[in-house]
Order: sequence, then C-alpha cells, then structure tokens
Amino acid sequence: MSDHKTMTLTLIVWRQKGPNAPGKFETYTAKGITEHHSFLEMLDVVNEDLIKSGKEPIVFDHDCREGICGMCSQVINGVPHGGQERTTVCQLHMRKFKDGDTIYIEPWRAKAFPIHKDLVVDRSAYDTIIQAGGYTSCHTGGVPDGNAVLIPKPDADYAMDAAECIGCGACAAACPNSSAMLFTSAKVAQLAALPQGKAEAAERVKNMLETMQECGFGNCSNHYECQAACPKGVNVKFIAKLNREYLKSLAS
Amino acid sequence: MILDGKCPTGPIEKTWDKHRFDLKLVNPANKRKYTVIMVGTGLAGGAAAASLGELGYNVMAFCYQDSPRRAHSIAAQGGINAAKNYPNDGDSIYRLFYDTIKGGDFRAREADVWRLAQVSNNIIDQCVAQGVPFARDYAGYLDNRSFGGAQVSRTFYARGQTGQQLLLGAYSALSRQIKAGTVKMYNRREMLDLVVVDGVAKGITCRNLITGEIESYAADAVCLATGGYVNVFYLSTNAMGCSVTANWKAYKKGAFFANPCYTQIHPTCIPQAGDYQSKLTLMSESLRNDGRCWVPKKKEDLGKHPSEIAEEDRDYYLERKYPSFGNLAPRDIASRAAKEQCDDGRGVGPGGRGVYLDFAAAIKRVGENTIKERYGNLFEMYEKITDENAYKRPMRMYPAPHYSMGGLWVDYNLMSNIPGLFVLGEANFSVHGANRLGASALMQGLADGYFVIPYTIGGYLASIKPGTVTTANPEFKKSVEDVNGYANKLLSINGKKTVAEFMRELGGLMWENCGMARSKESLETNLKKIPALREEFWKNVKVTGTGAEFNQDLENAGRTADFLEFGELLCRDAHHREESCGGHFRVEHQYDDGEAKRDDANFCYVGAWEYKGDSKEPELHKEPLQFENVHLAVRSYK
Repeated sequence: MSDHKTMTLTLIVWRQKGPNAPGKFETYTAKGITEHHSFLEMLDVVNEDLIKSGKEPIVFDHDCREGICGMCSQVINGVPHGGQERTTVCQLHMRKFKDGDTIYIEPWRAKAFPIHKDLVVDRSAYDTIIQAGGYTSCHTGGVPDGNAVLIPKPDADYAMDAAECIGCGACAAACPNSSAMLFTSAKVAQLAALPQGKAEAAERVKNMLETMQECGFGNCSNHYECQAACPKGVNVKFIAKLNREYLKSLAS
Repeated sequence: MILDGKCPTGPIEKTWDKHRFDLKLVNPANKRKYTVIMVGTGLAGGAAAASLGELGYNVMAFCYQDSPRRAHSIAAQGGINAAKNYPNDGDSIYRLFYDTIKGGDFRAREADVWRLAQVSNNIIDQCVAQGVPFARDYAGYLDNRSFGGAQVSRTFYARGQTGQQLLLGAYSALSRQIKAGTVKMYNRREMLDLVVVDGVAKGITCRNLITGEIESYAADAVCLATGGYVNVFYLSTNAMGCSVTANWKAYKKGAFFANPCYTQIHPTCIPQAGDYQSKLTLMSESLRNDGRCWVPKKKEDLGKHPSEIAEEDRDYYLERKYPSFGNLAPRDIASRAAKEQCDDGRGVGPGGRGVYLDFAAAIKRVGENTIKERYGNLFEMYEKITDENAYKRPMRMYPAPHYSMGGLWVDYNLMSNIPGLFVLGEANFSVHGANRLGASALMQGLADGYFVIPYTIGGYLASIKPGTVTTANPEFKKSVEDVNGYANKLLSINGKKTVAEFMRELGGLMWENCGMARSKESLETNLKKIPALREEFWKNVKVTGTGAEFNQDLENAGRTADFLEFGELLCRDAHHREESCGGHFRVEHQYDDGEAKRDDANFCYVGAWEYKGDSKEPELHKEPLQFENVHLAVRSYK
C-alpha cells in the first residue's frame, strides 16, 4: 500500500497557548506524505513526530473527517478550508499540493470567534444565532401528518440547498467584515421557504439578525468571499432572501 | 442472574399503549423540581433533551464537540425508515416490526421492536413540522426509496444527508429549549465517570476539554446517549471522537454491557488506501438502489479497466446468491459476500480488497442527471477521496466497521440495571438484535429521544423525591479524585510509544481476529494479546502536556485505555457465543453454502456482562428472548 511517491512539505503553523496568550508562527516539516493523505492525516503525521520528540502537538478541531460535521476549521494559505471548491479541510487531499510546497496554516480569524488554542476557535456565537430563532416552535408530538401539507418540489429543493450549511464558520472567516450573513441567511431562507416556517418568519429574521450583530459579526457588503469559501456551496442568493425577509418583517 | 426486561405482556399491538397508560406521571408543576443529565446530543440525546426540556424538566446536556450540532448522527446519509405505506406497496407497522426482528437475526426483544415500528410514523411528522427538507415528488408529497432487508420502499431521505437534516432538526428543537432556559448546554465536556450514590445513578464527572478542569454535576436521573463503540477497530466510519468511554465508565460502576460482539460491518465503504489512514468513509446503502455489486469471474481479468470486462465475465454475486433481494441484501450478508469474493482472489483494486459498485446500467436507464440528483454529494465525496469519477468508472467498495448493535443493557423503559441510569440510541442494545437494517439507526435514535424516554423517565421520576443528592455528597468528591488520579497516571508514564500506535495495534488485532469472521482460535489469540498490549500501554505510552489545559493527546489516551479494556470484553462475548447470527459470524457455525448458522436452543438470549473488578473475569447474565409473534426461522434472503 505504500508504493506511492512521497512529498516533503514545510508547514508554517499558528501556535497560541490560550485566548489571551500571544500567538506566533512556528515552522515544521512534514515528511513521507503521499497524494492519498488527507490534509488532516498529514497533520497527524506531523503531530506523531512532535509527540515522539516530547513536544506539544498542534491542536486542531476535527471529528467526522468526511466533510459533514463542520468541526474542522483551518485557514490554509490564506483561504478558509484551503480553496478547493466545495471542500472542507478534512476532505482536502494532499494530491492538491506538490513536493517542496510551503503551506501556511492559521485558525479562523474573526472577532466573534476567539481563539481557544492553536487552530481551535470558539464558535458558540453560531449556536447563539440559532437559539435566537433558527427553528419552528413545534412541540414534540401533536403535529400533523407529514403529507398533510404539500410542499412543491422546487420549494423543498430550495430549502434543502440552504439547509446544506454545516455551521463551520468559514463564511465569517472569509468575509472582510467578519459577517455571519451567509450562515444566518441559510437558516432564515430554509425556514421561510417552507410552510412550517412561515408563521414565525418575521420574528425569526429580526431576532437572528439582531443577535448576529450582538455577537460581534459585521454586516454584508457583497464581497461573496463567503460563498467562495463555503464547503457546501451555500449560495449568496440566500442573503438576498434574508434581506427581503427582513424588509417584510419591518412592514409586518 | 436471569435478567428481566420488564416488557409488557398481552397482544403485541397493544403493549406500548397499555404501558404508557400504566406509567406513573409527574404533574406539570412538579416537573421543574427534577433535574436530568443528558450525555450526548446526537439524534437520541438531542431529541430527548429538547423533549424533556419542553415538558418542564431541568435538563443539563453535555457533548464533547464544540456544538450539539456536530454529533456523528450528522454523518448518516441514506435515510430513515417509517411504516407510513405512502407508496401503497404493502407496508405496515407489523411489516416493519417483522423485517426488523428478522433483519436482527432474531436476537432482539419483540416488544421493543414493536414500539419502534409503531412510533416510526410520528418521527416523520415531527421532522416535517420542524422544517426538515425531506425529498418530495413533483406533486409535493414525501418521496421514498428502498433500503436493504426490505421489499417495500419505506425510507424517507434528504439527498444523501438525511442524518444531517434530522440532527439539525433536533438541534433546532434543542436550541429553542436552551433559549427558553429549560436546557443548559455544556459543550466540550467529556464524561469520565458515573456517580452512583447508594446504588442509584445521581450524576456524572466530566472533563472540561478547554480548561482541563474536572467538574461534577448532580441530577435525579442520568441519560447516556453516547453512541457506539466501533472505533475499537481503529479504522471505522465513526467520527474520530466516538469512543466507548462513557459507556465503559458506567459499566465499571455496575451497568451491564449487553451483546458487545454484535458489531456491524457496512458493505459499502471506500477501501483503505494506506497505513497512515485515520478513518474509513462510508458510501450510503441507498446507492444499492441503483448500483450493482460485481467482481470479475476470472482472475485474469483483475488487472483490466472495468469497462473492458465483458458483461458475461462479470459476477454480480449478490444478484446470483440472493435473487429475491439482489443488491439490497442486508448489510451483514452483503459484507460477508464481498469478503467471500475477495478471499476467493477476485477482489479488485489495491491488495485485492475491493468490489465494484457499478452505476452504468442505472445511468443508461434513467440518465446521469437523475443519478446526480439522487446521490450527487456521494459521488463528489468519492471523487475527493479516490480521485476517480464514479459516473465513468464503477466505485470500489470494501466493508468497514460502522455501527454497534450491542450496548448497555436496558429494560423496556430504557433504564439500565442501575436505577436512574437510562441509555438511549446506539449506546443501548435494545432493538437491532445481531444486525441492524439500513435506515433504522436514525429511526431508533429519534424514537428513543422524542417518543420513548419522555414517557418512561416520568415513570421513574414519579417514584423518587427530587433533589436528594448534591455534589456535596462524598461520592462526588471521590469521583473527582479518581478521575484526576487516572489522568495523572496517564501523564506520568512518559514512555516511548504514542497513543495512536497503541490504538492502531489494538484495531489491527480486533479487525484481524474479531472482524467479519471470528473463530475460537482467533478470539483466544486476542484474549491473550489484548491484555498484554494493555499492560504495555500502561508502562510505555507517551502522553504529552498536562491535565490542566486543552490536551487532545490526553483525551485520546483516555479513550484508548478504555478501548484496550473493552476490546477484551468484546472478544470474550464473541468467544462465548458459539453460534453465528447477524454481524457475529463464527466460522465454526455455518451452513454448507456459507450462511450463518444460529443455535436457538442454546443462544436465544441477550448476553449481559457484569464488571467484577479489573483483575477478575466479568460475569455473564442472560435475558432469555421469547418470540410469540414472529416464528423463529432460518433467515433467508434468497
């Protein structure tokens, strides 16, 4: 299984002990990397070497390693998730790099995402935004049959396109204003498109937007960096939908 | 000891309704006096925490991830079963019940499975009300597809991301309760001990993964919804953080561990590419709706591009062996069939460990766009990992550990043998028997969380006084000391081998000797080698850093230490069960055609293990299984 040619790479990685400690870049070498290694498996190799030499491994968030949990969060060469279209860091493979490359690795950078350690940030602000209204207030039990309310296929598909969001935070990390508009709009648009979400649509959009600002995220000024960085391809059209929903809510 | 599941008696279709009526209630004004701890926030834990909070209980919910939205339920792809019979193809609650009992190779409790089938329909309604964007047809009705082990289309889905959408539904309900103040959420906490006071579960001790602080929490009941344990194989489809730790700590405090040898090896996963690999990626069973499994008939065709192998030179082995279910044979059977072809020297790809899953016929029939609409994200994921385009060339697949049917023993109320300790979802053993059917895990998680525990926990709480124990109790102090002592011991060894090296070695032993095929001999090898490896671990592991900080190396060390103990129990259970059933295949017990041979006369029971001390053998307790509605039969999909 190890009949592949291997690469050696130079990594320049952000290390930071804690939220208030000063951070700095450290340089490491990754050896014996094949094209089939995922980016995180490459970091595993580096960490094994660090542990063996008695040094502290690089701390990074990761869990499912199949691109769906939204836990992994690294800025690679200045681009959240590394710049391959519709791809999380964990699904980025080393065949996208070549022997001798130098790679810069940093955490998400946004005021609302303070750094815990090294590459790990605190994204609880995204939970706070959802808690402000990212749901329908249905009770457990006592709901109608699933087919009682028909949903036209285009509406269901539109809602699903928005619901693809994995809440990773790349949109805010990519935005020059550190705006969480793409994230917030994805939930607003999903629920606004469905009959089940319409009853609370006006309250929802107002509360979620206010909360987004209170959390320290900026506003949208149409850079589209969020869409480019989004590993699920969530479209900026949902921000337009959010704006329309917001205007509607002011009139209601 | 003969265990009693306390299942209701009488006609099966009335059991759950009758039981719900018989359960004691906590009146609305009293609910707020009770506190419930929920460990894990996946489908089962998230749904349960939201539902209990809404009922008025005080809930404290814990997860090791940075948000409850990330539990590994999110990775489930294909769908969720329900007995709606929307397609008018002959489905019913009884049929879903029957298929699940048969699919589990007659090793699950009838009453539990009936209840699951009965509430399955409520789940779909609940999720639709939450705004889960299930697939719809052009008339606006919910769409269905087929899954393994069933001849009806009862699976609801949201593209290839059904688990994600259902989890986000539960997460949204949970978020609503967090906002309402009924649920307090504790992210980035790992449960490291169960606190038992006078024989009753009263709290947990956990590590704050950010600060390293060891914290204790007291409650009137503790629920574990902590998922499965197949990371004991090291390489599996589970998330990196999935572990047996919470369940294992409960086991060591007296909870019985039931049927640990029932592990599911999923037939369609992307084959391993190298030794460095950290996990395996599943490709949804739904692909077998349109994909056909085959290998070359002739070994000399192995090196060829698949398109150069003529139709008559291909062995569509599932269609050949199981004509009535074809490519939708259940997982255990499809996995063993794939292994059989590879063992016969006809496997494709590196190391001959692979079979083709071919979409050419389906693309010809319905067009590439339709296939893209059904499975687009899966094809994309496959390409990212393998660099191959599955629209043009068949996928290569190989079985991989995916799910654990075994888990902590619970009675019909989902309460373990420790009063006050409830276990939900994959973490318990209750409904899947020896093999789980596809699209039934999501169903069980949400059934337990939304529609079972909200009733059954009330029956328990109504019988106890609230708030009798606080963290000032000496048992909590002792628990914190024990957890601290354990971490310090791990940190003080300062040996030569890394945690990952030990875990890889354990995983290798488990896969080699206790994987898809097990024998008395291979299991005895493991029963010798695992204790030796464990001993080496405690002498020679190297864990960096300190306990009082964010320390992922220490987290992994703790999980690995538990797997090194649990792996032995799994092998012990597999060794004692001298029969083949579902995912547990003992090579000594098979029919001439290689099918699993059950021994109902001697093994028609749940095997639940009791911890007796580190240096003592665990004790086996049995709960006999009675089948009054389904006739015990040889399970055939031919």
